[in-house]
Amino acid sequence: MIYDPIDIALILVKIGLVFVVILTLAAYLVFAERKVLAWIQDRKGPNRAGPFGLLQPLADLIKLLTKEDFRPIGADKWLFYLAPAMAAIPAIMIFAVIPFGAPLTLFGHTVQMQVSDLNVGLLLFMALSSVAVYGVALGGWASNSKYALLGSIRGLAQLISYELSMGLSLVPVVMLARSFRLSDIVNAQSGCWFIVYQPLAFTIFLISIAAECKRIPFDLPEAEGELVAGYHTEYSGMRFGLFFVGEYINIIVLGGLAATFFLGGWHGPWLPPVIWFTLKVFSFAFLFIWMRGTMPRLRYDQLMHFGWKVLTPLALVNIVVTGWWLVLRG
Amino acid sequence: METYLFYILAVVTVIGTILAITEKHPVHAIVYLVTSFFSLATIFYLLAAPLVAMFEVIIYAGAVMVLFMFVIMMLDLGRSDEARRPELKQWILPIILAGIILTSIGTIATGYAAAPHASGSLTIRDFAETLFRKYGVAVELVSMQLLFAVVGALYLGRKAKS
Repeated sequence: MIYDPIDIALILVKIGLVFVVILTLAAYLVFAERKVLAWIQDRKGPNRAGPFGLLQPLADLIKLLTKEDFRPIGADKWLFYLAPAMAAIPAIMIFAVIPFGAPLTLFGHTVQMQVSDLNVGLLLFMALSSVAVYGVALGGWASNSKYALLGSIRGLAQLISYELSMGLSLVPVVMLARSFRLSDIVNAQSGCWFIVYQPLAFTIFLISIAAECKRIPFDLPEAEGELVAGYHTEYSGMRFGLFFVGEYINIIVLGGLAATFFLGGWHGPWLPPVIWFTLKVFSFAFLFIWMRGTMPRLRYDQLMHFGWKVLTPLALVNIVVTGWWLVLRG
Repeated sequence: METYLFYILAVVTVIGTILAITEKHPVHAIVYLVTSFFSLATIFYLLAAPLVAMFEVIIYAGAVMVLFMFVIMMLDLGRSDEARRPELKQWILPIILAGIILTSIGTIATGYAAAPHASGSLTIRDFAETLFRKYGVAVELVSMQLLFAVVGALYLGRKAKS
């Protein structure tokens, strides 16, 4: 195989860009969440560091980096140190397959606005999101603490259960687009977004990604009323920061995927594609923050029953109906 | 380039698997095994089988091993001091089985000059057509078997009527 140095340079630039943009966005999403929650609860929110509190993420970063990196006695040393990275890295890796803009032509090179256009892109997302479970599971287990262990057992069960309905809700998308390649899925929606054909699949996917992000109303793995902070109870400093930022990276990435699968990805009138994509991601992020501000937490058995007895059967029925519809339409 | 990558990944896979066997602690063994699955998946990808690579990660690293870990964590089986080396008597059967497998691999490796090389990347459509058209009945039978297993598990796990 021959490698074109320009292509390699372009890919490196894209990887670097995605890293910087995603991490910055994740940091500011934390800030945005605090501001929006404050607005919902009629407070002011962070407003001391810089104008309108805009330097708050930077201040938080410095605080987290300078804190003591503490490890409880009896903790499993290596797994305790590795778990935060296992939680954050798969989340950011998923973004490699998301197309965030229309392909550009620069100096005779067609540049895909996507790090890697795999023909199994959708499956890579499923694979990485199923592997992200290890961060939660090992983090809580290695802490050698009851609260953390309970949190990670809950997290494991929840993530496995909702991954199922998430995967099943994506089957109709693949049936409509006739491809696992994310750029094909986006192109198949140039006329009509899949949310029009598949409102049920979209709803199931949205609920499942809220559970995958471990957000309210599905935040049982870290329910602070009962489990202190769940699986990251014993973590401090930047290791806690990685778990925390990983969660916000997850929101951005899953929002981007929801936009790609159901809302036409970067397609949209008047505005440039990248702006459309960003707008869609931001609206999903806003929706998640809004849900946190207004919803109560589910009970654990409700969570499990809802996932297994409502979402999964609905997703299966939806697949069969979509199949018949596609056959009858010809 | 691909050759170097293959050798690096092959070494990681073999070492990961050996460590998964020798490691006394079950959770650590799972982490090693998942590492070896990952590099195995990348090897599949290098062999122009991206679908198999993804299934390797989704099914083995993402589902089977997670369930193992769930059971270990739920039942608190992580007592490494209880793990002992098996007795000499218990070694006999594994050694015979390993002997059979190694002889078969040896026969195959010496019999063929080179492994059959995949011609081009196999698309998901080809894979699906072969699986569900050509071997459709077999797939149905296997899925029936899985259904029986599910029903059996439900029967075993049912609560006694009080």
